[in-house]
Amino acid sequence: MGHGPAVKLGKDNAAAYKGKIGISMFIVYTLTYFGFVVINAVNPGLMEKVYFGQTLAVLYGFFLIIFALVLAVIYNHFCTAAEARLN
Amino acid sequence: MIYTQSPLAIGLFFVFVFFVLGLSFYLARRTSSADGYYAAGGNIHWFTNGIAFAGDYLSAASFLGICGMIATAGYDGWMYSIGYLAGWMVALFLVAEPMKRLGKYTFTDALDSKFNSKSIQLMAAISTLAVSVFYLIPQMVGAGVLVQPLLGMPHWVGVCIVGVVVTIIVATAGMASTTYVQFFKGALLLICSTIVVISVLTRGLGTDPNQGDTKEYHKFQTLNAVVTNGNLQVAGYDVVAGLDSEFGQAGFVKLSQGGAETVWHLKEAATGYELVEALFVTKMADGTKLFNGAPKEEGKFFAVGHIKEITVDGKEIAQTGAVGPLEFLNRFKDSTVVLWGKKYVKVGDTTTTIYYQKPTPGSRILRPGLKFKVDNASGLDKFNFISLMIALFCGTAALPHILIRYYTVPSQAAARKSTIVAIAAIGFFYVLTLYLGLGAMTNGVINITDNNMSAPLLALSFGVILFSVISSLAFATVLGTVSGLIVASAGAVAHDLMDNFLGMNMSDKGKVRAGKISAMVIGAIAIYLGIIFEGMNVSFLVGWAFAVAASANLPAILMILFWKKATAQGVAASIFIGLTSSLGLILVSPDMWVRYGLLPQDAPVAFNSPAAISIPASILTLVIVSLMTQKKGAMVEEGAEA
Repeated sequence: MGHGPAVKLGKDNAAAYKGKIGISMFIVYTLTYFGFVVINAVNPGLMEKVYFGQTLAVLYGFFLIIFALVLAVIYNHFCTAAEARLN
Repeated sequence: MIYTQSPLAIGLFFVFVFFVLGLSFYLARRTSSADGYYAAGGNIHWFTNGIAFAGDYLSAASFLGICGMIATAGYDGWMYSIGYLAGWMVALFLVAEPMKRLGKYTFTDALDSKFNSKSIQLMAAISTLAVSVFYLIPQMVGAGVLVQPLLGMPHWVGVCIVGVVVTIIVATAGMASTTYVQFFKGALLLICSTIVVISVLTRGLGTDPNQGDTKEYHKFQTLNAVVTNGNLQVAGYDVVAGLDSEFGQAGFVKLSQGGAETVWHLKEAATGYELVEALFVTKMADGTKLFNGAPKEEGKFFAVGHIKEITVDGKEIAQTGAVGPLEFLNRFKDSTVVLWGKKYVKVGDTTTTIYYQKPTPGSRILRPGLKFKVDNASGLDKFNFISLMIALFCGTAALPHILIRYYTVPSQAAARKSTIVAIAAIGFFYVLTLYLGLGAMTNGVINITDNNMSAPLLALSFGVILFSVISSLAFATVLGTVSGLIVASAGAVAHDLMDNFLGMNMSDKGKVRAGKISAMVIGAIAIYLGIIFEGMNVSFLVGWAFAVAASANLPAILMILFWKKATAQGVAASIFIGLTSSLGLILVSPDMWVRYGLLPQDAPVAFNSPAAISIPASILTLVIVSLMTQKKGAMVEEGAEA
């Protein structure tokens, strides 16, 4: 049928561990993202309030972008360590 | 015309196009196998693939659409950036490695890896085609938009150029050339956008957007009018359409001076009215369009985008001078910026679209609510907003042309690392979009009838070289993304449908030939759709593609990975319901009603974004059908191994 990877992949003993931390981090980021969506939908006026010279909307937006990168780097660190330990 | 062509821009454009074509022909010599054609042999380095991801993802929607939307609607446009980026977390944490582990050429391979089910092969292939075609529309529209200022050619020519060039690219070298085109384009787009943003910050904010003393900005006038015996009177002007006319009832008047007609926004004043100059486009019964009462070529229609007041420490100033990134936003927040509203006035068979000034506090622009109705909004308005944000979040990890990029790298770790590189590059670019959009909003460069060109025209305000490079890059952006989409679509037709579903048992060369022929057919369809959707904001259109992808594909992907009871019948039914419900709701939405030439309020449904209904419907279908077919269906034995 032609299924299966285009290149041969070895068995990944760290897959289950990586899946678990992936789901945990996904939940953390999803809650942060939907917190942003809910504030915008329910109390958009709050987003105009100014903290540290910027509107909350701008601060929250920057936070979501930076937080994504930080979580991604942490995730990769744990995954790489697990691959070295278990494979 | 708001812009004129430059030989440099035209020259650079052709350099880019020939470079891309040359690369394709070079790589084509190394691409004879199906592995090479559909997955670039699976040996692309993770960093190259990560930047190519960014190249794929930072399509016309991001560069043209988001910047244009921020330029006209402020923060609401940037919410697309945030939603698009957040979607990458779904891809990284849940999808990247399992997709790499399970698939070969297409995302259908991954979905079908446990079942070998004809129904999954058929539904997933149709879904891939539908999502890719939906995503192709805004790219082609973006191409048409770009060609007008670059080459001075009409919209349809741009669409045709992209269609033909991309079809040649894809028909020659497939995924290998697409990957390297995307890598170069993604990297250059990041570098050039950074240069434009630094230029914006160096110029700072000012109340006279004269583009560094190089171009005079139109001085919008304000007149005083009095009402005598119920008639409006304005010194020096004849009143063509007064208070009792259709214009007057909409809050405008039409005046004439020396044979030239102008439209003004009525504002009540202590004695009579204050009239504020507006822009208008008249569409006659025969389809002819006049811009501020004259053909487009006469150049009577102005670029817009200016600040009314800048306040620093309680004092009004005219110029801030060079500012840092945070100070730029701080000063912008304390300014009053002129945004533009839009109203339609219909008199007989003639429709006039009026663009009128709306001075708005910067702090109001830097929070949501100018495009999305969230203030004092009805439940339906809030639903529409939340539904769009769900679609953006869930759509990325379900886009076939993104998912196939996981097959071009050699390992699961490489798939993960390339996703992280993509998140860094895309996140950085989306920060830049805020400055590009706000820069366009305040530098007098916006073509208010089509905001898609705001970022390239902002670059033009810093010189024709930057404009030429940025526009050519934007065109390459479209080329690259369309290439990826057509590879994904060709894979769906040739690999999923012809080879797997119909069991045609093609040779390796036959698969590649079938893919190339499919690419040509899909390219022709994309050209047609790109022409008929002219004028719509490209990011808005991509929002729909995300909704369809998130509804049709994501529930199936996630449930196969994480729910052991998923069956082949459940997965196929879920894709079918997700696809048909999202497409169906889009086709009867208010925005599509406008496309049909009908009034949006007459549309059968009152919202534009279907994801909040179609995604749960797709999940529910998968669960119910899977539970009903437990004995007959093949269960996922290792479903939760990820």
